[in-house]
Amino acid sequence: MAAMQEIWVWLSYVAASVTFIVGLKMLSHPETARRGNLIAAAGMTLAILVTLFLYRSPDGQLLGNRGWIFAGIAVGTAIGWVAAKRVKMTAMPQMVSLFNGMGGACAAVISLMEYPHHDFAPGSWNLAAVIIAGLLIGGTSFSGSMIAFGKLNGNIGDRRFSGQVMLNLIMLVLVLALGAYLTFQQSPNMPLLLLLTAMTLLYGVLFVMPIGGADMPVVISLLNSFTGVAAACGGFIYNNQVMLTGGILVGSAGTILTILMCRAMNRSLLNVLVGHFGSSSPSAGAAGEHGAVKEISVSDAAVLLSYSRKVMVVPGYGLAVAQAQHTIHELEKLLEEKGVEVSYAIHPVAGRMPGHMNVLLAEADVPYNKLLEMEQANNEFGTADAVIVVGANDVVNPAAKTDASSPIYGMPILDVSLAKNVIVMKRSMSAGYAGIENALFYDPKTRMLFGDAKSTLQKLIAEVAAN
Amino acid sequence: MEQLLYFLFEHREMVFIIILSIFLGVEVISHVPTILHTPLMSGANAIHGVVIIGAIIVMGQAEPDNYAALVLGFLAVVLGTLNVVGGFVVTDRMLEMFKKKKGKQA
Repeated sequence: MAAMQEIWVWLSYVAASVTFIVGLKMLSHPETARRGNLIAAAGMTLAILVTLFLYRSPDGQLLGNRGWIFAGIAVGTAIGWVAAKRVKMTAMPQMVSLFNGMGGACAAVISLMEYPHHDFAPGSWNLAAVIIAGLLIGGTSFSGSMIAFGKLNGNIGDRRFSGQVMLNLIMLVLVLALGAYLTFQQSPNMPLLLLLTAMTLLYGVLFVMPIGGADMPVVISLLNSFTGVAAACGGFIYNNQVMLTGGILVGSAGTILTILMCRAMNRSLLNVLVGHFGSSSPSAGAAGEHGAVKEISVSDAAVLLSYSRKVMVVPGYGLAVAQAQHTIHELEKLLEEKGVEVSYAIHPVAGRMPGHMNVLLAEADVPYNKLLEMEQANNEFGTADAVIVVGANDVVNPAAKTDASSPIYGMPILDVSLAKNVIVMKRSMSAGYAGIENALFYDPKTRMLFGDAKSTLQKLIAEVAAN
Repeated sequence: MEQLLYFLFEHREMVFIIILSIFLGVEVISHVPTILHTPLMSGANAIHGVVIIGAIIVMGQAEPDNYAALVLGFLAVVLGTLNVVGGFVVTDRMLEMFKKKKGKQA
């Protein structure tokens, strides 16, 4: 009977591992992505249920404290479900960061609890090393994710001071040294373990603090793979194959995803982590040379758009913040009715995360085939009569191509100045998320339309309809 | 060194799984279009919620009169569940957006 149950547990773990792999694979194709997510969720549910009811510890005992476990799952499900359902589409990236932090914290707590239980014989330092690793990686992921959450949510600014890289390095060495010391102890030393936990959490904070808000997606992706590795440490502790497969899979896939994201911005991971994005502002001095910007009135803009043959929209985070994705879609439909060809040019890092803008526009029912990726868009700007830049800044900043001293130098941009006319909708002349000036605003082809993206778009729609 | 080798050999299946999973993870992800980066990251985020299994085990093995362990274990279960449920639901909400519009095209 017990043996049979063990076989069922094992079979379910195999099945769950397969759903994770198939799920991830399906998640990387637009048509199958949603089903892939559900398949992985089903596998996860199976693994959880089987563990709850059939799992036996090495000494043959079924799990106890089921009341506590059920209560924990109920509380977690209720909070997680409501939070995930309520969060606005624009706040998705920080939500992912938050949930990632929860997973990291979970792994760290498991390590904290397992540490005093492992057998402190001279030969078992290896297992202690895995437990300590789970604590370090999970803890860093937790506190780092919380800081990333705060940054994306706008609660925490970028803090840097000279010598910060050095301090972080020293901190990392200290954490690793203490971790190694604890690994080789012959008896549990809880005060030191707690000290190590505190230092790890502090390290996570220091690690993310100096990284610019614009780079948070990369950081979250990296911390995501950290949590995967932390989960895998748990798998090693319990000889649990499904934790191991799931954790390592996410660890390696997350690392690749992080690298792909860096590549989309044409930067290296090292540059993101210690490059101090936007900390120097050499272009601020150059801004004075540009002269004045030209404004355009709503009615002039409406006429320009109505009599264009081809209009391209460059949406940015400003559009998302103003919740104007539905409004821009209305404008697009109106212009199409007038025979204007409208498409959207999506920069890979538009919004706060790669693909974030696609999700937002999809929410507003913008047809999939109207979204052009960067290369395609750059080929088409030359034939566009007008480009409307809505709440985007850094992704259309020519400094990325021309100014080698600019912090975004080398990042591929949307080359909107190839179009005949450029209308930039912006709240004010303030710099973008990366904190740098934008020469596009001073380009002779560019005219500025100041105001909140949503209300300005609504006025524009009224004017276009009247034309 | 000998201890390490012995440890690895003792866990040889695990080591095997780790190595194969690393390659699998790389392979599965490498051709993903940019628009799916965010949902994919979110989906992967939900999958590492598998750490909940460890939380359940550690909680289930805690002595019923060790309140510190019970509280910590309870916390771990809540955190792990948040990761799993929140992760999958958020991912589904993102992907729902893509689906809706596809239905309209058809």
